[in-house]
Amino acid sequence: MKLAVASGKGGTGKSMVAANIAYVLSQTGPVTLIDCDVEEPDLHLFFTAPATTSDVTVRVPVIDEFACKQCGKCGEFCQYGALTVLPDRVLFFPELCHSCGGCTLVCPEYAIREEPRRIGMLGISSPLPTLTLITGTLDAGSPHAVPVIKEAKMQALGGHVTIIDTAPGTSCPVVEALDGCDACILVTESTPFGLHDLQLAADVAARLGIPAGIVINRSDGKDGETLRFCTDHDLEVMLTIPFDREIAAIQSRGDLLCRERPEWQKDFCALYAKCRALAGVDE
Amino acid sequence: MIRLAVISGKGGTGKTMITAALARLLKGTLVLADCDVDAANLALVTSPHLLSTTPFMGMKSARIDPAACVKCAECEAYCRFKAVDWLGNVFRINPFRCEGCAVCTFVCPVKAITMQPRQTGEILYSETLRGHLVHARLVPGAGNSGLLVHAVKKMAMEQDGTCDLFLIDGPPGTGCPLISTISGVDAVLVVTEPSVSGVHDLKRVVTVCRQFRPRLIVAINRFDLNISQTKEIEAWCREEDIPLLGKIPFDPAVIKAVRAGISVTDAGASPAAQAIQILAAKLEVELTNLDNNR
Repeated sequence: MKLAVASGKGGTGKSMVAANIAYVLSQTGPVTLIDCDVEEPDLHLFFTAPATTSDVTVRVPVIDEFACKQCGKCGEFCQYGALTVLPDRVLFFPELCHSCGGCTLVCPEYAIREEPRRIGMLGISSPLPTLTLITGTLDAGSPHAVPVIKEAKMQALGGHVTIIDTAPGTSCPVVEALDGCDACILVTESTPFGLHDLQLAADVAARLGIPAGIVINRSDGKDGETLRFCTDHDLEVMLTIPFDREIAAIQSRGDLLCRERPEWQKDFCALYAKCRALAGVDE
Repeated sequence: MIRLAVISGKGGTGKTMITAALARLLKGTLVLADCDVDAANLALVTSPHLLSTTPFMGMKSARIDPAACVKCAECEAYCRFKAVDWLGNVFRINPFRCEGCAVCTFVCPVKAITMQPRQTGEILYSETLRGHLVHARLVPGAGNSGLLVHAVKKMAMEQDGTCDLFLIDGPPGTGCPLISTISGVDAVLVVTEPSVSGVHDLKRVVTVCRQFRPRLIVAINRFDLNISQTKEIEAWCREEDIPLLGKIPFDPAVIKAVRAGISVTDAGASPAAQAIQILAAKLEVELTNLDNNR
């Protein structure tokens, strides 16, 4: 079972939900938790443990100045404008490069080879005996989140329950994190911002063919419009967490709700059972 | 013109609410842009009247002509984005995965693949009580949000480049849309919150911002929810020599105003409104100094 936690709007409580599900499930079996919010990964703050790190690299072109005849074919072909051919040399802009390899194919002089360039890193840790945390971190200033997300997901151990925390938004980093998941939880809050972005996130999940269910977080009881949207779109509200200063305080200091207030454990277990049903995985 | 972007690193810290209030409070003519293009919310609290829409064409996408395809699978072998799906009897491009690199068109021996323009969003140009708003809709799941951010900023500059202030509501994160948002701005206001995640994300996003050398300013939202974290942020800002210009308390008046579709500073007196007024007054001084020093 691969379960993603997404939201559209930021700050609705994705990481909180992902961390608490992983925590309660790790009490009964092995769990892999993957932080795919690589631009701002935060799960390691809730599960502190020494991590083994490795670089995430992408392939970028290196031009052999002696072989290059400045014919301009690579610059013409590159769809991202990452190569500019001048009369005496070729300029390369790594932050624009998507590592497609096109320039190496079109060069008639075979003057372009590729070498790895670091764009981020992976951290793997075992904060609990049955919990593996994989954190993808994009290097500051690097724009390309997707290759780091791909790499983080590839580290997941097969056979384990896998929980994936995604970035906010609805564009490529979220699509990459959701890809291949059996079900996803959309965490929302009952404000016009929360609802607007929930609609977009539900749309993305539907387009990708991933069954989705809803968690309403920080509810102040005025959930009418959110509930109406969920009913109209056949989305199950699987859990509602009230606004509570104590819950906010637990979260803000990096603690886990289910550890500090164990009475919540059954709610997160029930949430996971509902996700399994959503995904059509047998009990 | 002074260009100010409101960002946060961590999502949901209150960027949009603060941007909407600053639009009402800062003096002079201004143009607004919502650069959080994949979850754009500024329009929900600025009562915009739509003036025009422009289609946004993202990167082109590959398309295989099934009649011409000889099923040699070269495209599949060379595509590094795994965007070529074999459907049992035909090859097809997966539009979610295609990054528009055109390698498949080059390797196809029978020229059965062409690059097709695709609309991945639209740019909206609206009138608000405080000047024009440029915002956008990205097709859910589409890529190229950084390109769309660039297009939104460009339209604001072309249409309203003579305004005194260009106020941008930015995206969360540190990746492509954020970098596109902060490139070329004069000042960045980072809205953070007193939590371990808020502090961690603040530090990361400041590292990214510094590569672009804007004037950095910090404000703490819901500062009273965790006083010890607030103190940590204050100490860090002093160490880093970043002015902390506002501390906004947790206040249910904010959610009430958002539900009413207005800025909290237009919803009567409240602790949050008062704190944002103080932030706006200090920001005004900061921006004037910035303008005088160039």
